[in-house]
Amino acid sequence: MAYFDAASAEPVLPEAREALLGALEDGWADPARLHTEGRRASLMLDQARERVAAVLRCRADEVAFTASGTQAVHLAVLGTAQLRGRRGPGHIVASAVEHSSVLNAAAFAEQAGGVVTIAGVGSDGRVDVAEFTAALRRERTVLACLQSANHEVGTVQPVGQVAAECQAAGVPLFVDAAASAGRRPLPAGWSLLAASGHKWGGPPGVGVLVVRKAVRWSSPLPADARQAHRAPGFPNVPAIMATAAALEAFDAGRDVADLALRPLTRQIRDQLPRLVPDCVVHGDPALSLPHIVTFSCLYIDGEALVIELAKAGFSVSSGSACASETQQPSHVLAAMGAITHGNVRVSLPRGTAGEDVTRFIEVLPGIVGHLRGRGPRGREPVAEPGSAAGLPGRIG
Amino acid sequence: MNPPPRPDPAGFAQAPALRIDALGLKCPIPIIMLAERIGEVPVGTIVEVLADDPAARTDVPAWCGLKSHEFVAAAELGSVPGWALYVRRSY
Repeated sequence: MAYFDAASAEPVLPEAREALLGALEDGWADPARLHTEGRRASLMLDQARERVAAVLRCRADEVAFTASGTQAVHLAVLGTAQLRGRRGPGHIVASAVEHSSVLNAAAFAEQAGGVVTIAGVGSDGRVDVAEFTAALRRERTVLACLQSANHEVGTVQPVGQVAAECQAAGVPLFVDAAASAGRRPLPAGWSLLAASGHKWGGPPGVGVLVVRKAVRWSSPLPADARQAHRAPGFPNVPAIMATAAALEAFDAGRDVADLALRPLTRQIRDQLPRLVPDCVVHGDPALSLPHIVTFSCLYIDGEALVIELAKAGFSVSSGSACASETQQPSHVLAAMGAITHGNVRVSLPRGTAGEDVTRFIEVLPGIVGHLRGRGPRGREPVAEPGSAAGLPGRIG
Repeated sequence: MNPPPRPDPAGFAQAPALRIDALGLKCPIPIIMLAERIGEVPVGTIVEVLADDPAARTDVPAWCGLKSHEFVAAAELGSVPGWALYVRRSY
């Protein structure tokens, strides 16, 4: 079996497992209490904040741990969006390819009386900086939202450039760094950040919220004094310790992993369109995360493709509607003007063997051919490419 | 069901040469039907695709871009959920 879905969750690192087990021994108590056991847990929490802050290049007291990356996003967006601009209700600007948690939080703020502007992207998935910055309104826009890199196609976003424009306009910038944290350093200039521990080999169930000093933000949730009033509830200190240990290890291995994984995704990117008729690879090949490559094979059902690949021993995900819980096609691919059906995202975990990628490239053409021959859900078979004028495969 | 209202004729003067009814069908079936049948109409004429799968709304224009056919217009059906998508055969 080859697990190619690291963008959903990176396998738990040995450093994380070790830290988790150690902290279960010593860090189970309530860190809000003043007794010995409580202080021990509290020290661990402080240490985890420092370790995460060092990697994310912020201050330890700016870091809070949440129950998930999604919760960190919700807190970041809603804790800012509830502020009113000096000229009317709070205005939020976000790119069209943000994670659904960002867009859903913005939509939630809109229902509460806010105003949301969505900035489009190019066919490579990169935000249109001119459109994004033109939407910023001084004293009206309470938050700009831009991901560090896209979680579906891997395209790196121009965070540095947008951060400079936001600073010039006096608008705080929220960066959803879930796709890239521990994989590439983030340009400076952001105001709020969210990330998710299971994306860098930590255990599931820990998110990171960073609110920089001097940023106006208050929790949108009922009052709770924990973690400096930022993230409510008894924190999972052992999992948080494991998350911090994983981030440190993951970040330390960043350059080595980039060198190892980028040629493998490039191999898929370069070879599939030659081997599979009507296969389109998405995203920007140049400025992208090293481990993600996403493609669509025309005329087949993404869900069927994922299932057939699983039978062949490959675990991948898909942005096709039929493969999603909501039965909606990927809003990322749609915003890029890309084909959403027959879609597969390959995201390689650290340590992926080159042979597994080679084998993937070997089996995919046969699987696609088989699914095209079978036709979707029992329909008449589709003609082979190029067999007659106007049939699928006739490339314009 | 009633025929859907015609979209604003700006962009194309003639009536569609072919209507493909893909209502109730999920992607990729509407795209397969379009790809299979666009060859039936003369070059320069228009195919109308009726579809209600949200993926078809974006996949039909994306397919046109890939295959160098012209995506002319999309119109909401109005009476029922879904769209009429107009594609001009370019070659």
